[in-house]
Amino acid sequence: MNSETYAVQGNFDKVRSLAVKEVSQVVKEATDTVRMRVEGLSVYYGKLHAVKQVNLSIATNKVTALIGPSGCGKSTFLRCLNRMHELTPGARVEGKVLLDEQDLYGAGVDPVDVRRRVGMVFQKPNPFPNMSVHDNVVAGFKLNGTRDRKVLDEVAEKSLRGAALWDEVKDDLQKSGASLSGGQQQRLCIARALAVNPEVLLMDEPCSALDPIATTKIEELIHELKEQVTIVIVTHNMQQAARVSDFTAFFYLGELIEFGDTGKLFTLPEKRQTEDYITGRFG
Amino acid sequence: MTARYRYRKFVEWANWIGMLCCISITVFFLVAILGYVLVKGAGYINWEFLTALPVPAGESGGGIANALVGSLLVVLIASLMALPIGIGAAIFINEFPSHGTGRTIRFLAEVLTGVPSIVVGLFAYDLVVRPMGGFSAFAGSVAYAFIMVPIILISAHEALRLVPDSLREASLALGVPKWRTILGVVVPVSSPALITGVVLAISRALGEAAPMLFTAFGNSFWSLSPGKPVATVPLLIYTYATGPYEDWHRKAWAASFVLLMVVLVTSVLTRAFLRGKTNE
Repeated sequence: MNSETYAVQGNFDKVRSLAVKEVSQVVKEATDTVRMRVEGLSVYYGKLHAVKQVNLSIATNKVTALIGPSGCGKSTFLRCLNRMHELTPGARVEGKVLLDEQDLYGAGVDPVDVRRRVGMVFQKPNPFPNMSVHDNVVAGFKLNGTRDRKVLDEVAEKSLRGAALWDEVKDDLQKSGASLSGGQQQRLCIARALAVNPEVLLMDEPCSALDPIATTKIEELIHELKEQVTIVIVTHNMQQAARVSDFTAFFYLGELIEFGDTGKLFTLPEKRQTEDYITGRFG
Repeated sequence: MTARYRYRKFVEWANWIGMLCCISITVFFLVAILGYVLVKGAGYINWEFLTALPVPAGESGGGIANALVGSLLVVLIASLMALPIGIGAAIFINEFPSHGTGRTIRFLAEVLTGVPSIVVGLFAYDLVVRPMGGFSAFAGSVAYAFIMVPIILISAHEALRLVPDSLREASLALGVPKWRTILGVVVPVSSPALITGVVLAISRALGEAAPMLFTAFGNSFWSLSPGKPVATVPLLIYTYATGPYEDWHRKAWAASFVLLMVVLVTSVLTRAFLRGKTNE
């Protein structure tokens, strides 16, 4: 009886130690591949509670899509990830946003540094109209005082190639950035964001002002870019989310309703609201 | 054609004629002033008039060279004071709205543009001339600066307001600090409109005689010293036009013509320059 008990106890210990090892391995892998972690994030505009207690992990070198109807808080959420949100008067943020385990809202963290590590591409292409194509790409360096011609030229070419725009503009890098087509301007803005070598790239409906061909180009670009940078994209277009993303988060009325693998979320959603939205019953 | 339609046609025609009259009257006065100054003054313009000093009353010949240079000197010093203050204040109002003082500052600037220039001159007299113990070009510059600051502030504020927020965000999202965003993006993007505002302020100041009466005071001789009284064109026009001699009256017209041309040429050149720049 006693020996049996010991044997069971011994097996149990063995199993437990194995399990602990395995779990810690899984946890380690999980933290290794998590670039950003959002914990209990709430955003208020004055009295309006725009984002409610959101928890979300963003995987390294993957594309995470944020979908949901207009006004669901997905853009607000995105803008919290690089502290652009606090530029809005009356906005208040609670909770944590961790980038490589460092809280971006912690004491003593400079939002300027945060934005260097977490870049952003906006809904409407917004190249600087007073700058050439070349100067637009290296604006992050030039505006911060870098003058070294050689460095700037190298960065410009590398970033333009990275944004699949080099071949279209290499013959005249000195023409105005505003003279490009809408799709080219958006890729110019992506090149500009990539130039400062961010760890994460936020994209706020980057294709909503573009025609289908330009949209396709940007989507192809997103596929290539995720090798080097973690991408979070807000989109109104569910087909786009399904095409470009690895993970999808569905927001509704400021809450994160469902988050998971894109394939699974679009085929076997767990929540009723998610299903209703992706099948077009509301939104 | 129905009666209703004919009636509407008539109303359209009547309104059209009415507006044409308004335009004609406006343009007429502009052309009349330019033409009158041209007819009265242009004939007297020659090299000597532009390059010589004034001569004592009664003698013929002489020119307004010292007043021309004096005007430019006073306006230059005034610009050096008014430009950073006006544009700096506009940047503060527009780029740091959370302070909440912007509306008040803007309102005060609008009030300040309405202050009669003679009052500005009187104020400059008490503020600068009395403590310094005498009339001076610098005192004139202070008076001009008072006139220029609100004009520059208001036009610069409008210029900065037109810079889309998307450009500020683009810069900030690159990890560029706010002050570098303002100096590197906001100001360059709005620079054509900023320059237009400054030129407007300079043109306005160049023609003001009242604030010069008891500040720059006038001078019959060369003076480039900011600490001494100096001749300016509007002041010279005032003196000559109110004087008793026929020759002085002619010189007043001629000086008016020169002043008008300086203002006109400056604004036309600025516009041409800016158009070339924005078309690049």
